[in-house]
Amino acid sequence: MLKILEEKHKLATRWFHWINFPVLAAMIYSGVLIYWSYDPYRIGLGNVTLFHLFPTKFYERLGLDGNLALGMALHFVLAWIFALNGIAYVAYTFISGEWRELLPERRSFGEAVQVAMHDAGFKVPLPPQGRYNAAQRITYSAIIVMGWLSLVTGLAIYKPAQLHWLTALCGGYEWARWEHFWLMMGYVAFFAIHIAQVVRAGWANFRAMVCGYDLAGRPSVKEERAHGD
Amino acid sequence: MATEKGKTPLTPEQELARRSRRSFVALGAGAVGAAAGWYWLNNSPLEDEIPHPLRSVLRVNEKVVRKALYSEGHLARTYPASAIGRIKVNGEIGMEEPIDVSAWHIELAPFEGQERHISLADVRSLPRFEEIIDFKCVEGWSTVTQFAGARLSDFTAKYAPGSEKAAYVGMQCPGNGYYVGFDMPSALHPQTLLAWEMNGAPLSDKHGAPLRLVMPVKYGIKNIKRIGRIEYTNKPPADYWGEQGYDYYSGL
Repeated sequence: MLKILEEKHKLATRWFHWINFPVLAAMIYSGVLIYWSYDPYRIGLGNVTLFHLFPTKFYERLGLDGNLALGMALHFVLAWIFALNGIAYVAYTFISGEWRELLPERRSFGEAVQVAMHDAGFKVPLPPQGRYNAAQRITYSAIIVMGWLSLVTGLAIYKPAQLHWLTALCGGYEWARWEHFWLMMGYVAFFAIHIAQVVRAGWANFRAMVCGYDLAGRPSVKEERAHGD
Repeated sequence: MATEKGKTPLTPEQELARRSRRSFVALGAGAVGAAAGWYWLNNSPLEDEIPHPLRSVLRVNEKVVRKALYSEGHLARTYPASAIGRIKVNGEIGMEEPIDVSAWHIELAPFEGQERHISLADVRSLPRFEEIIDFKCVEGWSTVTQFAGARLSDFTAKYAPGSEKAAYVGMQCPGNGYYVGFDMPSALHPQTLLAWEMNGAPLSDKHGAPLRLVMPVKYGIKNIKRIGRIEYTNKPPADYWGEQGYDYYSGL
């Protein structure tokens, strides 16, 4: 079958994505430098702590201890890039109309279960999809919402007196810090799954996120008519 | 150029390979650039213990905050007495030696004019204000605490009139083992107190007796204990933690 070049990801999308990756990584790094100086969170219930976040060894091995001042400085400098890049991306998706391919639709929630079961190895057929499947629509929209929440909770911690209404909206200073922390953990979880899915999807998919294109079968006249509208 | 005359157009496979080559070179260049930027950032000359570029942006942040966000009318949230927690002692820098509280006084250096001594009785003769605020440490923890004392704005108006036109206030412990500097708007903020009472009791030694600064619009590092000297100046006064990598402004 003849192949044609198909555009998978717009240049702007790829730039936003690849800028965000190192910046978010540096935000998480500097965030952990900050969290180290007061690290009360844990996984557990009541008096039972399954896992303290984080064990002393974790900080020591990775050199994340004793650097609060540098962590704060890095965090409050790189936050500009993180925020501006995120705001520009959201503005872009709305202006370009790409949000139509990204926002979950009503049927996405049901379909996402099928996608997840299929990906987990169950013999479930994949529903038909556009650029992004239902699970991707939900995940990629959720990650943007998380980005906004990180910005909001971050500002609530950064200026709790000047932005007291925002801090109150987050449930107060302590809750804002808790939310900000777990959003970070969410990014780490997202990253792990994202990488696993990228590896599964293979080289052509990864290449498309870099160069924007992939080869696709040239649609026959019949197919073109079916998609003619 | 695939579209130039006289050349065979590229097949989709060739076109993809060409685009892919270019993009990966760009991605590689970006990765090298990012790594170089990170290296540059972390190896720039230090200014007060953090790389100079970071310090510069912190100053930009301060300008943005003071212009766009700060208002004397923005008050730190206050709490009912039932919310008061047990605040820990988190620093004795500058207070290692005991002092004779009966001989204690403030060395006051107004913006213009002679230095003078101010006694605790002088401070206590000012109108008393009380507040229950969430005292926030730069480390990330916070404790709801009650403080009572005189407003620094009242103190300034009475004992250093005209000093409001200075840009900064500097404060030091006796012996200058600990010292802070901060901007005038934060000094004149209605919740900024010279406090002699904490959680309903006279301020304890460990918490800065006989008089400490309580400034809910700043992190605890600026809330100096056992004040020995107050000066009004246009030059940013030395700041203990500001010299050790922390944001000089440290505003909340």
